[in-house]
Amino acid sequence: MALLEIRNLSVDFATASGAFRAVDGADVAVDASDVLAIVGESGSGKSVSMLALMGLLPWTATVTADRMMFDGQDLRAISPRQRRRIVGKDMAMIFQEPMSSLNPCFTVGFQIKEILRIHLGLNRHDRHARAIELFEMVGIPAPEQRLGAFPHQMSGGMCQRVMIAMAISCAPKLLIADEPTTALDVTIQAQILDLLTELQKDTGMALILITHDMGVVAETAERVSVHYAGQKVEEQGVLDLFKAPHHPYTAALLAALPERATARRLPTIPGVVPGQFDRPDGCLFSPRCAFADDLCRAVPPGQAPATLGLALCHYPLGALA
Amino acid sequence: MIAYLLSRLLTFLPTFFGVTLISFSFIRVLPGDPIIVMGGERGVSPERYAELAAQLGYDRPLITQYGEYLWGVMQGDLGSSFVTKRPVWDEFFALFPATLELSVCAMIFAVALALPAGVIAAVNRGKFFDRALMSTALIGYSMPIFWWALLLIIVVSGWLGWTPVSGRISLLYYFPDATGFMLWDAAMSGQKGAFGSAVQHLILPTIVLGTIPLAVIARQTRSAMLEVLSEDYIRTAKAKGLSPTRVNGVHALRNALIPVITVIGLSVGTLLAGAILTETIFSWPGIGKWMVDSIFRRDYPVVQGGLLLIAVMVMVVNLAVDVAYGFINPRIRKR
Amino acid sequence: MTAAAQDIRPGRLAEFWHYFSENRGAVFGMWVFAVFVAVAILADLIAPYDPTAQFRDHLLQPPFWQAGGSFAFPLGTDAVGRDMLSRLLHGARYSFYVGIVVVAVAATGGIVIGLLAGFAPRWVDTIIMRVMDIILAFPSLLLALVLVAILGPSLTNAMIAIAIVLQPHYVRLTRASVLAERSKDYVIAAKVIGAGLPRLMFITVLPNCLSPIIVQGALSFSTAILDAAALGFLGMGAQPPTPEWGTMLAESREFILRAWWVVTLPGLAILMTVLAINLMGDGLRDALDPKLKRS
Repeated sequence: MALLEIRNLSVDFATASGAFRAVDGADVAVDASDVLAIVGESGSGKSVSMLALMGLLPWTATVTADRMMFDGQDLRAISPRQRRRIVGKDMAMIFQEPMSSLNPCFTVGFQIKEILRIHLGLNRHDRHARAIELFEMVGIPAPEQRLGAFPHQMSGGMCQRVMIAMAISCAPKLLIADEPTTALDVTIQAQILDLLTELQKDTGMALILITHDMGVVAETAERVSVHYAGQKVEEQGVLDLFKAPHHPYTAALLAALPERATARRLPTIPGVVPGQFDRPDGCLFSPRCAFADDLCRAVPPGQAPATLGLALCHYPLGALA
Repeated sequence: MIAYLLSRLLTFLPTFFGVTLISFSFIRVLPGDPIIVMGGERGVSPERYAELAAQLGYDRPLITQYGEYLWGVMQGDLGSSFVTKRPVWDEFFALFPATLELSVCAMIFAVALALPAGVIAAVNRGKFFDRALMSTALIGYSMPIFWWALLLIIVVSGWLGWTPVSGRISLLYYFPDATGFMLWDAAMSGQKGAFGSAVQHLILPTIVLGTIPLAVIARQTRSAMLEVLSEDYIRTAKAKGLSPTRVNGVHALRNALIPVITVIGLSVGTLLAGAILTETIFSWPGIGKWMVDSIFRRDYPVVQGGLLLIAVMVMVVNLAVDVAYGFINPRIRKR
Repeated sequence: MTAAAQDIRPGRLAEFWHYFSENRGAVFGMWVFAVFVAVAILADLIAPYDPTAQFRDHLLQPPFWQAGGSFAFPLGTDAVGRDMLSRLLHGARYSFYVGIVVVAVAATGGIVIGLLAGFAPRWVDTIIMRVMDIILAFPSLLLALVLVAILGPSLTNAMIAIAIVLQPHYVRLTRASVLAERSKDYVIAAKVIGAGLPRLMFITVLPNCLSPIIVQGALSFSTAILDAAALGFLGMGAQPPTPEWGTMLAESREFILRAWWVVTLPGLAILMTVLAINLMGDGLRDALDPKLKRS
């Protein structure tokens, strides 16, 4: 049975200028110990779908889904109190800006021990011991001293390690990492990613990595889900995706990687992601797609079979092969 | 932290001297010959004039006079009242507890209501409670507080008869002023009903004096909370599965309190200004009423001394608030 | 053709109005304020009687909706038989006068001193700010009271005292804005072209610092009215028989239990005016705050 199963998730925001559909019929399925990467540019709704899963969206958002099951529980039906028992314990999330994600008024020790007290009910002595243990697991040197430090006294990389420590403190079944390295130095990026993959292997938890960096995807993911304008446009194993992408958008993304450049000019994808007021009638990618025809522009495409990467396209690449 | 404290002290000292300078020049700025003014209503004979001039040091250069004045201030000698002939310093501290008691009660009233109200308003932004609170707060600081006091007297004391109109305690009770704090003295006196009477007398003045700080602090709390609630670390707190009470009451409020504490501290100056009006209306025998009466009675040493003492007190409170702020804000406490 | 390149962005005034009008409270406040200004200007024409005229036969007459009242004196009369309505209408004139003068004086002085402090060498700046700190060390009403005691009780002296007490706020605001703007490129560019100091201060930098000053101006207007009324109430502002709202409250204190209208109505007038100005001020602040701009 899948650990996480989301079917046909849609998130609408009530804005001053009408409803805005940030996530449009997306599917996410993760088994225990899976490593899934969700890829997409800004505005693709990749973060919003995960925030919806965690229940972290503001009240202006309306979340609908055919199915939203985590560990056998229907997340749409549970009460807020039951949800709070899952969030932070079995299902944890870390965010993009580690320094502003920690409360400046409390020591990092306080912030991590809080979780241990509320979710695990440990006593003071055990909390202290476990906190030190967690800090060691995430590679924070001199953990005892660090417990009394404030976030502004620590570097970005160190803060992100603290965030990770907090996230894994209750041995979660699923860890969602929303662009965890985007705000960090390149050298630290590699360290944090290694840490995440190591922890994933050691604890056997499922990991969802949200990123816009295809290089990160290549190194860490087992499966990749590509999102565009709120929709999931392709999903495949990572090796297959890089070898043979089936959606034109994925192909364009891969072609735009500097490492894959063959000519002197880097290929780009013309146009911009559709906003609130210029959603095309047919395929959302059609204005920017090199292969689009009238059918693409008029009729929204259905999902291709799994052999063609579940591509949301009328003419998935490699279909005729 | 040390650097911060030193910088605060460094701004305090010149301001202190400036305040003494202004107070010093007060009598000399009055229209007319200051010695005749000091001499009183009946005028001065030429011998008395020379005597006063020598006594007050008017024949000496201004700098020396200021120096002597400053020296006197440091020792607590601020001259004597024309009317009661008692030293200004003694009179001030005899009357100060009344104002202090009222101000503290007003502050507790204001903060105890404003903080939760501001938090609830911020958490329920845009909904009924928020709008109702903000409208009430707006009315609260748009009202002339002397009118508000009169209105309350009409309704609560006049029509409903629930509270008395003036004074600190019913005339039925008499006991020596041990501390000057009526609530404490009344409770300690052991006389039946004394404490209740003291409380009854405190109710309206507390509400009147506390209204403006209440409105201002509520608004400040709300806007500080709104800013804090949109921060990333609040999202993290929710992602940890913490209850809304904990997220708002612990994680958010701690951060929101930092600017609010400064506002609370600065309200002390407003309180003293408001005390002037409140004490006058309720015949509350505190510093505010004393100053107003002295101004009318042309009791200039009192006005001069009282002005200085009040200004210095406000400055000390502001300094204390700055220091407290340094402790509360972890970014300043630990570099 | 460059005709199509016409700039169709709305002008600054239109943009400001777009944000300001979103706030219904602010717009309401603005209309009430407009009524207040109109009343202040037209008081002579709309008031039924002379505000100092005493009608000995009609002492302490209640408003028309209460027993004993009449439409001749719609809002009743005070202890010496003066018509409340006329006094209230004329009172608007005094309050408006106070507000305008105080804000004009405090703002002008404050802006000039603030500009000086912002542009002057460090030691001048420090001295100016210390002087402002000294003024701010005194509770505002107390200082105003003492100043009026020195100068003598009258409305004019009350206005001067309040203007002095409010000035440091403008100095601080202007100075803070100037310091923030001074290091920006457009100021350096102006200096390079050869702009002299006065031009730099008043023409280059000042227009960009105006937003917080305008907001402060609105709030000072209401503070001035409240403080003038407070001084009048204490007997140190406008002197009787001047129909200033605060002075009217002072005269009526002894009648609070007998004749509620003599006490309630002037205070209500103050409340409504100040409330309208504060609503407007809030709206101004939201509309002018660049952080809240959305386009």
